[in-house]
Amino acid sequence: MANIDFNDDSAVLVIGSGAGGGTLANELCQKGVKVILLEAGARHSIADFQNNEWNAFGQLSWLDKRTTSGSWRVAKDFSGLPAWICKTVGGTTTHWAGASLRIQEHEFKAKTNYGEIDGANLMDWPLSLSDLEPYYEKAEDKLGVTRTHDIPGLPGNNNFKVMYTGAKRLGYQNVHTGRMAINSRPRAGRSQCLQIGFCFQGCKSGAKWSTLYVDIPAAEETGNLDLRPESHVLNIEHDDSGKVTGVVYMDKDGNQQMQKARAVCVAGNSIETPRLLLNSASSKHPDGLANSSGQVGKNYMRHMTGSVYATFDRPVNMYRGTTMAGIITDESVNDPARGFTGGYEMETLALGIPFMAAFLDPGAWGPRFSRAMDNYDHMAGMWLVGEDMPQETNAITLHAEEKDQFGMPIPNVHFDDHPNDIAMRNHAFKQGSAVYDAAGANMVYETPPYPSTHNLGTCRMSDKAEDGVCNKFGQSHDIPNLFISDGSQFTTGAAENPTLTIVTLAIRQADYVAEQLSAQNI
Amino acid sequence: MKDQINRRQFLRRGGGALAGAAAATAVAPSTSWAAELSTLDEHQGNTILQAVRQIYPHNTMSNDYYNNVVKDLDAEAADNADTATMLKEGVANLDAAMGVKWTDLSNGNQFAVLSAMKDSPFFQKLRGKAVVSLYNNPLAWRHFGYEGSSAEQGGYLERGFDDLNWLENPPEDASPKAS
Repeated sequence: MANIDFNDDSAVLVIGSGAGGGTLANELCQKGVKVILLEAGARHSIADFQNNEWNAFGQLSWLDKRTTSGSWRVAKDFSGLPAWICKTVGGTTTHWAGASLRIQEHEFKAKTNYGEIDGANLMDWPLSLSDLEPYYEKAEDKLGVTRTHDIPGLPGNNNFKVMYTGAKRLGYQNVHTGRMAINSRPRAGRSQCLQIGFCFQGCKSGAKWSTLYVDIPAAEETGNLDLRPESHVLNIEHDDSGKVTGVVYMDKDGNQQMQKARAVCVAGNSIETPRLLLNSASSKHPDGLANSSGQVGKNYMRHMTGSVYATFDRPVNMYRGTTMAGIITDESVNDPARGFTGGYEMETLALGIPFMAAFLDPGAWGPRFSRAMDNYDHMAGMWLVGEDMPQETNAITLHAEEKDQFGMPIPNVHFDDHPNDIAMRNHAFKQGSAVYDAAGANMVYETPPYPSTHNLGTCRMSDKAEDGVCNKFGQSHDIPNLFISDGSQFTTGAAENPTLTIVTLAIRQADYVAEQLSAQNI
Repeated sequence: MKDQINRRQFLRRGGGALAGAAAATAVAPSTSWAAELSTLDEHQGNTILQAVRQIYPHNTMSNDYYNNVVKDLDAEAADNADTATMLKEGVANLDAAMGVKWTDLSNGNQFAVLSAMKDSPFFQKLRGKAVVSLYNNPLAWRHFGYEGSSAEQGGYLERGFDDLNWLENPPEDASPKAS
């Protein structure tokens, strides 16, 4: 483990150790680049993960104060919890389900393919699928994605059996146990999946890929990584020429520190990353760092989501085994004849009793709700995840009055569904219900979106500096040695779970950063 | 701990003849709360218990499960004077609604009075506490058929993760066999 001095300005500083930051840090370390990795959360381990929903939630989640606004139901039911993401070494890769899908070619060209949609701030990505293909290959190998690189698919659990039966009876073609970053056989020194059923609470077999126990230790072994957990960045500093020079952060002992750096890469997920840029405003950058476009914080996307749960006359026990190894991809195409633009995936999902009570129908009570809980072990479930429309008004902004524990303005997350999101969700609810009806359901429940587990777009990539925050390498348009390294980069949301693409972009960004360092451009 | 006798249990045991009686030391719930609650009194404890049974009705779950909710609310009230006031006033409002102790009302009347208060902070306090206290309890999990923690038992790979036998198994390409 490296010990980089506060005044050493030769290293790259990465903020956040999740899918973006953890991957980027490791890739740079493997190339011989020294990296300081600042993570706000604590360093846990597989040993202290808990198969207990509320305990794990408290252990791993980002619970610093946030506010919400807008017409989305999350603002009413969970006003202080816009997102279910992590504050821990490994970031949200500790909590994620492992679903690893490539974004589709047409989705990278959303504006070209979808055209003008009222109220939607659509734009083509400044890169194409073919630019990313070599990196998707590397990411799938690194993550051990099933159904790639000769890795067999996972075996289907009871929940998948119900989805498969209903899907096939309905006429869906593409139904299988998914492309998952979960070992179906021992691989890369990690166990195969034991079907524990607590994927969201940290994988206790290590079968699911996470930067916590894959990339971070690999980076440490190079001797180039200086990982500092419980280090919360307050501010990114810059000089008169406009280059960033380092960061100010609160260390684990509660002392303010200033760490110099040659370049800064921000990977705090899509709420903290823009918040940090906005909080780093100065007289030279009064609207926040890298914000000449005004787009920092804007175009916040959370995917069209919803769930369908259904009860059957015979037991299912959906909670046994992988949380999300099951998918129907047929609806992920773009087919405006359905009444909306863009597509959605249908993925198996299960919650335990504690979270089912909290999330099945937030706020619900009385006989109908309780009867659903009574039938819990006869229940199957799926999650619907699709492309939501970027809207400039969906945005992360700094709260005018409220401050966090360090005196920094907290973020407000504003969100309203776009009519296209509503139409897509309606269709998805109908199709999900139809799958379960076809399998013999006696009752079906439509569940609204949870606090967002997919958070995207708030520092979007663009060709032109006036349209976005960073270029096709995540390098900010305004400041050459400031990078965006997480899902904030996404120009549009696509239908797919974002982690594989975040990892892919980080591997590619590492190549670019290393080249720029060698060429002395940054 | 002695069981509190709720109305349904009493009636099932053949107390039907006394069901209409207003007074009723005979139908009054037994009171072991005195030893357990620090801030709520026994009437408040019993009322809140019954209210939570209306909010999340599970007829085959005994009072033992719902007692935890009352105890957790009582504990919060011990630390927070505003909560204590809210709970006590809430119970008083329930009793005032039809001029009869709410616990003496019929099931339908109880439900109607409680429903009318569903947007009140008192109702939301009960519901919000119950959704965790009632359902985040390993004994309740057994009741619902949820098996809880699994890693220390080797997961479900050998314990029925795919034992559903009332549908055909998916083919190998959709669902490869476990290794």
